[in-house]
Amino acid sequence: MAQSSSSLDVLLKGSSGQSTRGLLRIIILLTIAAAAVASRLFSVIRFESIIHEYDRSRNIDLFPIAVDPWFNFRATKYLVQNGFYSFWDWFDDRTWHPLGRVTGGTLYPGLMVTSGVIYHILRFLTIPVDIRNICVLLAPGFSGLTALAMYLLTCEMSTSPSAGLLAAAFMGIAPGYISRSVAGSYDNEAIAIFLLVFTFFLWIKAVKNGSIMWGALTALFYGYMVSAWGGYVFITNLIPLHVFVLLCMGRYSSRVYISYTTWYALGTLGSMQIPFVGFLPIRNSDHMSALGVFGLIQLVAFADFVRGFLPGKQFQKLLTAMVLLTFGLGFAGLVLLSVSGVIAPWSGRFYSLWDTGYAKIHIPIIASVSEHQPTAWPAFFFDLNFLIWLFPAGVFMCFQNLKDEHVFVIIYAVLSSYFAGVMVRLMLTLTPIVCVAAALALSGILDHFMVLSKPNPEAQTKTNAEDSKSLRSTQKPVVGIYSYFSKAVVTGSITVYLLLFVAHCTWVTSNAYSSPSVVLASRMPDGSQHIIDDYREAYYWLRQNTADNAKIMSWWDYGYQIGGMADRPTLVDNNTWNNTHIATVGKAMSSREEVSYPILRQHDVDYVLVVFGGLLGYSGDDLNKFLWMVRIAEGIWPDEVKERDFFTARGEYRVDDEATPTMRNSLMYKMSYYNYQSLFPAGQAVDRVRGTRVPTESPQLNTLEEAFTSENWIIRIYKVKDLDNFGRDHNNAVAFDKGLKRKRASKKKGPRVLRTE
Amino acid sequence: MPAKRHAASTTSAPAPVTPATLSSGPSTLKTNASAAAIAQHVWEQYLATTPQRTLLLDAFMAFLVLVGGLQFLYCVLAGNYPFNAFLSGFSAAVGQFVLTASLRMQTSDSGSGSSSKPSSKGKNARFADDNEDQGSGTSHERAFADYIFGSLILHFFCINFIN
Repeated sequence: MAQSSSSLDVLLKGSSGQSTRGLLRIIILLTIAAAAVASRLFSVIRFESIIHEYDRSRNIDLFPIAVDPWFNFRATKYLVQNGFYSFWDWFDDRTWHPLGRVTGGTLYPGLMVTSGVIYHILRFLTIPVDIRNICVLLAPGFSGLTALAMYLLTCEMSTSPSAGLLAAAFMGIAPGYISRSVAGSYDNEAIAIFLLVFTFFLWIKAVKNGSIMWGALTALFYGYMVSAWGGYVFITNLIPLHVFVLLCMGRYSSRVYISYTTWYALGTLGSMQIPFVGFLPIRNSDHMSALGVFGLIQLVAFADFVRGFLPGKQFQKLLTAMVLLTFGLGFAGLVLLSVSGVIAPWSGRFYSLWDTGYAKIHIPIIASVSEHQPTAWPAFFFDLNFLIWLFPAGVFMCFQNLKDEHVFVIIYAVLSSYFAGVMVRLMLTLTPIVCVAAALALSGILDHFMVLSKPNPEAQTKTNAEDSKSLRSTQKPVVGIYSYFSKAVVTGSITVYLLLFVAHCTWVTSNAYSSPSVVLASRMPDGSQHIIDDYREAYYWLRQNTADNAKIMSWWDYGYQIGGMADRPTLVDNNTWNNTHIATVGKAMSSREEVSYPILRQHDVDYVLVVFGGLLGYSGDDLNKFLWMVRIAEGIWPDEVKERDFFTARGEYRVDDEATPTMRNSLMYKMSYYNYQSLFPAGQAVDRVRGTRVPTESPQLNTLEEAFTSENWIIRIYKVKDLDNFGRDHNNAVAFDKGLKRKRASKKKGPRVLRTE
Repeated sequence: MPAKRHAASTTSAPAPVTPATLSSGPSTLKTNASAAAIAQHVWEQYLATTPQRTLLLDAFMAFLVLVGGLQFLYCVLAGNYPFNAFLSGFSAAVGQFVLTASLRMQTSDSGSGSSSKPSSKGKNARFADDNEDQGSGTSHERAFADYIFGSLILHFFCINFIN
């Protein structure tokens, strides 16, 4: 390291080297931040500045996930318009229709408050900015900050200055992080990852210095993190684990005690300030490890204190007595509390982290979200490219000089790679540590191979001679790399890898992560771009043509969009807090009309919205999600909705002529294919998503009537018919109408015939 | 010898033993002394070696333990109805205790460096730490300023949480 810096000094000409390097580093960091921001602007440039949901359906063939920029946007608007206090007490009666939602108490307010504060600061500086632009550009802005935080974190790990810069650059453009922070993805993760990295930086700083101040700062940023993202539980468990491992390694010191206890005491109180979190840190088992380690470190500190007064033998005796006593008491207390139900059991999402099959069996609502699916192996390479194979090397290098902070890196690496394997979404928490480890490995390589080739031959031969004289046999493998050829090869190949990485990141960002799911882009045969804007067309139709409080029923994926873009009340939305209510919608969708209609009436539904991709080949449509609706409904009404009935005798999920009667009578099927065959010549109707022929006869809808179908048939909206004026049921009414028509036709025919005669 | 051990294990009469051990240092404590005797010994040692200022901190910490314990007792016996209030009161006590303990560690590390308190490992770590950056216990003023900073945040949170 000294060699590298001295050689750099030589390069930068002596005394001015230090400040020049400092300046250079600042410029590089700013450039990295700028690049990080710029590479996230694809979607704004290509489409317009709209809030969009990130669409992972390209990778995992399911459907857009439950991230909720539209809701966040709506909440931010509410915050800006009505002020902080009414935001805090916000009861939203336009979602979850009959129930409403205590929104102020059930969200993480960090994101909205952040953009609200930015808005007001800009207003104060007399820069008139629309709140929408702040929301769209918040994520790229914070990703620039994340790169800076990454630099700070990595600089704590390594003495090499290049490691920090490399890590910052990796973090700036790694697709795993870009996936959630492109312009317009106004989501909690946008600021949460910055907070995550920065909290870890402060924590490392606290452990290194052992000062209350750093611990308190860690706690403050932890509190901010808690206010911003549910993933704060990761920090809540990682820091205690780090401390625990340090204790087990016999590395207890007053620094660890000071930083941990300060963080825990302040951080827990801070996290309880958020109404949504409330008493969870005391009650929920997810937080118990932190409490346990807090107790443990008190005991260890006391034991360490007592040890000062005693020789070893007696100390051990005392220690055994103490340990037995406290463990007995603690265990009894824990059992008592768990049995009496004071401590809540582990939450379902937590179980699904350990047993990947758990969610599918017990909580279909969690399993139905594609971001909760296990990660496919190519996704690692897709999201991290060559960082993923540098990652183990970096972790290995941490083992080589194992200080407290390196222990942290190792624990973080192990935990997050497991979690990333379990859930696609947690790739996000893996990305920072991969960047750190890869930067450590790469800076190690570059420091050895690139820098030594630079200094003038004198210095090189001098060091050469010294080394070879003193420790020829041991130093040989290190010192042996002198030929410019091998250096050039290694440096060149690293450069090529880096360039490839940049190219890959740009490609991924531009192609996979920058398309808003509400606007689909496709290529025409001549290569020009064609934009399919059915979603916005339909939402605009709803906004213009329906009553202000018309209730729209759709599957929950579209709830936030309808609320945000069409501004109409919805039954269920992406905040899946009430499983029963979602199952009700699922039941209405998957049952026969006679069953569904009472449900629709009971819930005041005016319009039903379905997404149908059959004409366009849009795979994320409702029929492909249909089985999840069935499963969720079956979870509540196992007698009335049965998943088996939707499969053919051979276990196939079919929508063509061989579809089961249950399937063909289900509301969802009818709404999807209603009148669809009229687009095609007789007998030629094809569903392009499922690649099958569609029955030649249109399904008959009695209780609904078609209200709107978008240009490419992606969105179809049906109006729920009112009760029949004559008190008939809809079946009879429709049959009667048809009969009447026929009669009328014959009557018309009759007179005409008569007249001609 | 057996008689003596017996006497110690009943914990009724360790007093005649310990003053003698105290005067001649910890090495005279019998290797097979009972836990109670050892605890007694530790107590005597503690009173003898701790400086006045640290004792003051310790008294404060003992007071905080008392306050926290009382609140917890109240919560168990009389119910936790204003749970916010109980939590913030209790965590104020715990947090202040922890902060004070941290302050005590930082100030007594450098203050009584001659004592045999820190273990070899801890000493090494601290030594390396002092070399690298202005670590724990470089200045009492810094430690105290940190302490006040931490306490301010703590009490702000508590007051905000108390309802």
